[in-house]
Order: sequence, then C-alpha cells, then structure tokens
Amino acid sequence: MNGVHDMGGLHGFGPIRPETGEPVFHQAWEQDVFASVIALMAQGVYNLDEFRHAVERIGAAHYLDSSYYDHWLSAAELVLCEKGLIDQTELERRIAEIKAEPNAHTRPPAGGEDPLAEALTQGLQAGLPAHREVAAAPRFAVGDRVVTNNLQPPGHIRLPAYVRDKPGVVVMTHGAHVLPDTHAHGGDESPAHLYTVRFDGERVWGETAADRPAANHVDLWEPYLSPA
Amino acid sequence: MSDHHHDHGHHPHPISDVQARARALESLLRDKGLLTPGAVDTLVSAYEQDIGPLNGAKVVARAWTDPDYKQRLLDDGAAAIRELGFGGLQGEHMVVVENTPEVHNVVVCTLCSCYPWPVLGLPPVWYKSAPYRSRVVREPRAVLAEFGTELGDDVAIRVWDSSAEIRYLVLPERPAGTEHFSEEELAGLVTRDAMIGVQKVEAPA
Repeated sequence: MNGVHDMGGLHGFGPIRPETGEPVFHQAWEQDVFASVIALMAQGVYNLDEFRHAVERIGAAHYLDSSYYDHWLSAAELVLCEKGLIDQTELERRIAEIKAEPNAHTRPPAGGEDPLAEALTQGLQAGLPAHREVAAAPRFAVGDRVVTNNLQPPGHIRLPAYVRDKPGVVVMTHGAHVLPDTHAHGGDESPAHLYTVRFDGERVWGETAADRPAANHVDLWEPYLSPA
Repeated sequence: MSDHHHDHGHHPHPISDVQARARALESLLRDKGLLTPGAVDTLVSAYEQDIGPLNGAKVVARAWTDPDYKQRLLDDGAAAIRELGFGGLQGEHMVVVENTPEVHNVVVCTLCSCYPWPVLGLPPVWYKSAPYRSRVVREPRAVLAEFGTELGDDVAIRVWDSSAEIRYLVLPERPAGTEHFSEEELAGLVTRDAMIGVQKVEAPA
C-alpha cells in the first residue's frame, strides 16, 4: 500500500536525534506491548507480515504522531479485533475499567510452571526462518540487470516506492523466501526467490539530490522484478 | 521488569491513555490464556539482560582476530554468528557487510524497523524514527556526518535497506593502534552504532 510507513526519500522530518544512554524500554507499558506482540506471533495467532501490514493500517495521522510501541499496540488491537480474538466492546470496557481504577487488572508476579514462557525461550533461539525450498530455479543470477515493476497494490508489499520502476543489478541471491504480499493476506506463503538488488544513487535520487558515490541496496522478491 | 512496573499502589493517579490500552490488551490476553506473567518476564528480560550489542561486538572482535572466522562470517553470516552462540528471532538470515578504506556500509529499514536482534538487541528509537528512515537512503553522507562520521569523497557508500527477512550487520574497520589488543579488549571498542554503520570504531585514546 502507498502509505506513510514507506518513508525512504521523503523530505521534512528534520534531524535525527540519538539519545545517550538509551534504555531498551522507556516505559513499563512498552514492555507489556512488546511481550504481547511477540508472544502472540510465536503462538501463530498472526504472522509477522500480517502484523507489519496492521502497523501500516493504523491510520496515517496516528502513525506519524505516535511512538513506536504505540504503533505496535494499535496494530495488535486492530489485528486481534479483526481475527475475533478480542471484541471491540470488551476492549473498550477493559480500558474504561483501568482508567477508572488505575490498579485494575495489573499483572500478578510470575510463578510456578509456565509452559508458554519455556516455549518462548526456545522460540527466540529457533526464530521464524523465512527461507523455503522450492522446485523452481531462480530467474535471475548475480550480475543480471533487472528493472523493478511498477507495483502499487492497496495491500501489503515490500517494494519501497523509491526503487519502484527503477533499473538495478542483482548482487546477491538468497533462495526462495515467504512472499509477504500473500502471507499478510490469509497466510499463503507463496515462496518466491529473493534477491538483493543494487541501485545507483544518482539514478534513484537524481543527479542533484544524490550523495556520490553511493548505492542503494534493497531485498526484492522475483515477482517485483523484470529483466532489464 | 515487573518490580518497577506497578509503582502506583499507594497513591493511585491518573493513568495515560496508552498505559491503559497496553494493560487492557495484556490483561485480556492473560484472561484468554494467550499470555502469562512468566512469558512477559521471559521476553522482556531476554532483551533487557541477555541479547544486545555486546553479542555483535564479540562477533566483530572474533572476525578481526581470526581470518578464517571472518571468511566464514562473510560467506554465511547466520552460521558463523551461531558458532558464538547467537541467533534466532530476527537473525535467521544474516548478511555481514565489510567496511574497507574504499567502501562504507550503513543499514536501515525504510518500511518499518527491521534490525538484527540476536547481535544488536532491540533497535534504538532513532533507528525506527522517520528522520533516519527517510534520509539515510537519500543522503547517507549527510546523515553520517550528523553522527560525526566524515567520509572522504572517494569512499563509496552502500546503503542496505532491510526490506525482507535478511538482516544486515556491518563489520567495521579495525582501528589502527590495536594490534596488540586481545579479542576481549577489541570487543570493548565496538559500538552498536558502528555495527549499524553510522559510526566508525574509534581507536582508544
């Protein structure tokens, strides 16, 4: 989707502001959100691409005006309500209860046997590999010249706008990976060959805009590419 | 962790919207059996205590001191990183890119916040922010200068946008004057920002 999340090359966001001595989490609620989102993904309630697409759909103004873990929280609310795991009315009632009584529904201390915690410890180590074996041979090889397709679907895609309809060169092949475009919409993995493509900075940004010499590299699936 | 989590027991005060929403979600998931207090503690402590840039620094220091390891790291990042005991979520497929006097690499995720968790931990706010994501692909030299990294005009900059599940780690240049450093001492010099590629590893003063 052509959303505000697709930020590469946009102007007007001002300077980068690194924080000295930054903590991993700034507030306790961020810990709750992080753990909730990861635990649900690990249990297969949604997949990573569904979650990413939910972040893209939280609303453009809200996306630009809220913090990172607020994005995650908004996306989790959205996807869990869509999947019917949480009811919107139930969620609003729970929020109202906590607003009325700030100690309501606080988390008790951990204790005792916890199979979920143990499974998550193993899950972090195992990860969620995206590589898949496929019978089809890759269409492109390292060194091949390609051009990105002008794809602008309303749904999920991982082709950044700044490299849409641009010529490039394949510099790495990665075998077939789960295709986010379908995985985000119903869970079909549709594995497709994945490539790292190099784009000349001048060609992408224009002669006056480009830092030289510089090259942009983007990881792109075969359906995003055509022979040049 | 949970010890500073609910510190308003004696003097209840208004709770912010986002705090209330976060607890509402977390508590509903507990009610439904999809989350436990132990699961929250496990995930939070993993990234607050165990998994962070020190892991990546050990990988870099090993590569600087062991040419065979460095070659394995550049050939198959995830496998070589796993040799040191690191891997898993958001580091399943790793590519390590090497800085040289001629080439400087820098990593971004313009579409969201992809970052190599097993070696760097969770990303800092600036990495996930609109200014970095929008600018580093268009004007990497200017962005690097804001981080105090001035590169010569002849140095080629390679920007890596993590648009798939490949995660990138920059192998910085080993600074001069560290020839007699131990692997552990070298690891102590390597910063998170150098492994993202916005800074160089500085020689010790």
